[in-house]
Amino acid sequence: MSQDVVLSVKNLSVVFHTPDGDVVAVNDVSFDLRRGETLGIVGESGSGKSVTASSILRLNNSNTATTTGSIVVSGVDVLTAQDSEVRRIRGSEVAMIFQDPLSALNPYYTVGKQIAEAYLVHHPRASKADARGVTLDMLKKVGIPSPEKRIDEFPHQFSGGMRQRIVIAIALINNPKVLIADEPTTALDVTVQAQILDLMKNLQSEFNMAIVLITHDLGVIAETALDVLVMYGGRIVEKSTVEALFSEPTHPYAWGLLGAVTSLGTSDRGELVAITGSPPSLISLPAGCSFNPRCSYALEICSAQVPLLRSVGTQGSVTACHLPKDEILTFGRKAASR
Amino acid sequence: MFMFIVRRVFFALVLLLAVSFFTYMLFAMLPSDPAALTCGKNCKPDVIAANRIRLGYDKSLMEQYWLFLKGIFAGRDYGAGAAAFSCGAPSLGYSFGQHECVTTLIAQTFPVTAYLSIGAFVLWMLIGISTGAMAALHKGKWQDRAASIFTSIGVSLPTFYIGLLVLFSVVIWLGILPFPSYESPFENFSTFLRTMILPWLVLAVLSAASYTRLTRNGMLEAMNEDFVRLGVAKGLTTRIVLRRYVMRQALVPIVTIAGLDFAGLLGGAIITESVFSLPGMGKMSIRAVVESDLPVLVGTTMVAAVFIVSANVLVDIAYGYLDPRVRVK
Amino acid sequence: MSSDIALQAIDLVKHFSTGSSGVLGRATNIVQAVDGVSFILPVGKTLGIVGESGCGKSTLARLVTRLIDPSSGSVFLDGVDITTLSGKALREMRRKLQIIFQDPYSSLNPRHSIGQIIGDPMRIQGIVTKSNEKKEVQDLMQRVGLNPEHYNRYPHEFSGGQRQRIGIARALSLRPSVIVADEPVSALDVSIQAQILNLLENLQKDLGLSFVFIAHDLSVVRHIADQVAVMYLGKIVEVGDSATVYNSPAHPYTKALLSAVPVANPSLRNSAKRIRLVGDVPSAIDPPSGCRFRTRCWKATDLCEAVEPPLQADATGRVVACHFPEEAPISVG
Repeated sequence: MSQDVVLSVKNLSVVFHTPDGDVVAVNDVSFDLRRGETLGIVGESGSGKSVTASSILRLNNSNTATTTGSIVVSGVDVLTAQDSEVRRIRGSEVAMIFQDPLSALNPYYTVGKQIAEAYLVHHPRASKADARGVTLDMLKKVGIPSPEKRIDEFPHQFSGGMRQRIVIAIALINNPKVLIADEPTTALDVTVQAQILDLMKNLQSEFNMAIVLITHDLGVIAETALDVLVMYGGRIVEKSTVEALFSEPTHPYAWGLLGAVTSLGTSDRGELVAITGSPPSLISLPAGCSFNPRCSYALEICSAQVPLLRSVGTQGSVTACHLPKDEILTFGRKAASR
Repeated sequence: MFMFIVRRVFFALVLLLAVSFFTYMLFAMLPSDPAALTCGKNCKPDVIAANRIRLGYDKSLMEQYWLFLKGIFAGRDYGAGAAAFSCGAPSLGYSFGQHECVTTLIAQTFPVTAYLSIGAFVLWMLIGISTGAMAALHKGKWQDRAASIFTSIGVSLPTFYIGLLVLFSVVIWLGILPFPSYESPFENFSTFLRTMILPWLVLAVLSAASYTRLTRNGMLEAMNEDFVRLGVAKGLTTRIVLRRYVMRQALVPIVTIAGLDFAGLLGGAIITESVFSLPGMGKMSIRAVVESDLPVLVGTTMVAAVFIVSANVLVDIAYGYLDPRVRVK
Repeated sequence: MSSDIALQAIDLVKHFSTGSSGVLGRATNIVQAVDGVSFILPVGKTLGIVGESGCGKSTLARLVTRLIDPSSGSVFLDGVDITTLSGKALREMRRKLQIIFQDPYSSLNPRHSIGQIIGDPMRIQGIVTKSNEKKEVQDLMQRVGLNPEHYNRYPHEFSGGQRQRIGIARALSLRPSVIVADEPVSALDVSIQAQILNLLENLQKDLGLSFVFIAHDLSVVRHIADQVAVMYLGKIVEVGDSATVYNSPAHPYTKALLSAVPVANPSLRNSAKRIRLVGDVPSAIDPPSGCRFRTRCWKATDLCEAVEPPLQADATGRVVACHFPEEAPISVG
């Protein structure tokens, strides 16, 4: 493992125990994240992307979910570490921001108190005055106007974009190595989304932190990520650089996603190349490759055997598809040029 | 905020005035003749007529109501000459059943009701919130199921049934406690405790049931909130997350309902007081109903209304402090 | 009015009052949710309405379908002002003007089977009889891409995309001429979004429907709309052919909005010129004087504060409300 790797996930699986049976939400997911990089995770609902994210901070309820594999942060395996060790990592080494900034903030306390609380829990010797000073600095950094006044206001007194800035301030107050951003801009308007993405990029280089960015929006991925994981039915189906994903996608699901994206540029009103059917229910995943019922290239083997990730293409992409390599490249480039 | 309180208090007073009017009119329209009830079965028409004039029942309804209202603020004099007597402000009328000013009767019985209510309230909040919290923290485990059985029993069994059952088993059958005979805590504290412990427990356990459910569901709901997850993701200890995030949210509706329940109890725990023969306002109300002692009924109804209406105002104000989102600027 | 206009809104205004009122109450605030909106929807075309949250687009959807009554202004459907209708005429109007909502599940009765959800309105309006109801419903299900054999199933047995298909089938069941779709694909996954957009386009082609398509996603509207109107704080700031508006936006707000959309092409990451609006949308209770966008506009001058810019057409037929549009309207014939 390289020195630069700040987060290493190996063979992560998460099984939820529900009254209807066990649900494998995440299945054998592995990836490394290096200092200062952004890793994008794309997928639709039920793809396992959010569960992967919450596993990294051990946020899944241990009563209803079994998590296996390893998640190593600064030499500590989060999944097997003591509670106190995990608490130390949460917020100080790995921080998280959520989709809906209003529901992510405690409505009963001022934003200043919530930011200071995150600082104080990892700096037990700091005084409240210190914490307030650090909080004010952080509010300035995330671009809250007149922070001296707003530090004592409550979350509901802020706009959506400002709330997300507060959540980011909470996340970054302890200078974490890794930031997990679970759909951080999905609930925001497009001009505000642009502001928040800019802010995240600037703070990323200032703090030299790595970001795991979870989103369903390929546009957001294209603008921010260095590497991308495409998830489907709880598994990684493609792992590639962002350039490779958009120029030489290697999984039929990724081809479908690219075809289904509406873009500002298209002037013709041709049919979108929709993927037929719906994302599978995790409780009854199709046998073999879980994408096979929706895949127009499916072979016989696809419904019998789960494809393993293998290296395909000219740009180092890894894909879980049974199709022959040359076909993958031909179809992939065609899908990308549409 | 100040204007908000002023406005709420103003509306509360208007409401109380309306309640007093309708209560008075409703009871006055009952078919029984209050003057006839002032003396026994064999009393003569001239005594009845004299009492009618003495107590003001000869006047028109509106005039009677006006005298009633005036009495609350100025006190009230009855009769004239040697037979004259008066009930000082705040006068809620004169009980011809017990030959005493209603205010005096309430002053005698209210402390009993208050002791019963306060003790039961403290107990039921403790029991309700702790069992609810335990159930939420062990969702799906035996603790949760036990709490759910407790809730069903508490919600479905009536007070008089449980009350009589407990009274029979503890006092008559097992003989652990003496038969309840109320004494003031200032006169004989141990008798007071021995009398009150059963009604406190019965009332508390039965009322706690709905609080158990409220706490459990409120906490479980809160635990699914993103802000609680963010609290955990900050690295806070479970204890702090539970206190500042989960309970903080779950307590808001509990405070609201608790305030109203407590106020309702202060207006007289009729069944509990009757079962355990506690000389409180509830028991007095029952007696007044049986004897058609209208002034007492009007008086206790007014007292109960004052508690409920003030509790409403207090809960509204408390709500603003508890939840910054509804705080009025 | 010409017969090739499916729906026309003239100077629609909707003001909501908020805050308490009455004895000792505080003065009420007026939210100017929609403030003087006019548009024309030609027959068989799609008018896209875009804007950020709070711009009034959902209120507009409710106004033109008369789910709420406007404070002033009119909406013409087939030459009739629907804001004045009542009784039988109102019911007939509702048949012709259907709405599709964002969340298909909350708009479907969970206790009714799909057959009932689609069939009941058809029977009540006399479009079908008892004998041919099932066949008609199943035809419709087929048309929107549902399996006709699922006639007796209930809404919870369907996925999000299928529920939106049910919502569409129900809207179509009354043979409307105009459909107002309020964020119909926002709650759906990308792959499902594409299916629904394709379906809507095919239905339009086959049935000659006219759409008002309201969305916050600019690229979705780009894909489906012939004409697009951009709203900001209760007003339309620019309206015109999709291609014109998207390729050469004239209003600074449109320009900023478009440049904020992330482009699904990593090689353009640093090349595109970015306009970043600062701050938030002002409150609709007390909107800025003059041009409502001036507080966030990099071109704003004293003129913008003093005078509200009128909507003016340029040579392309695109209409814009700006004192300093990106490409000044050319007055060449």
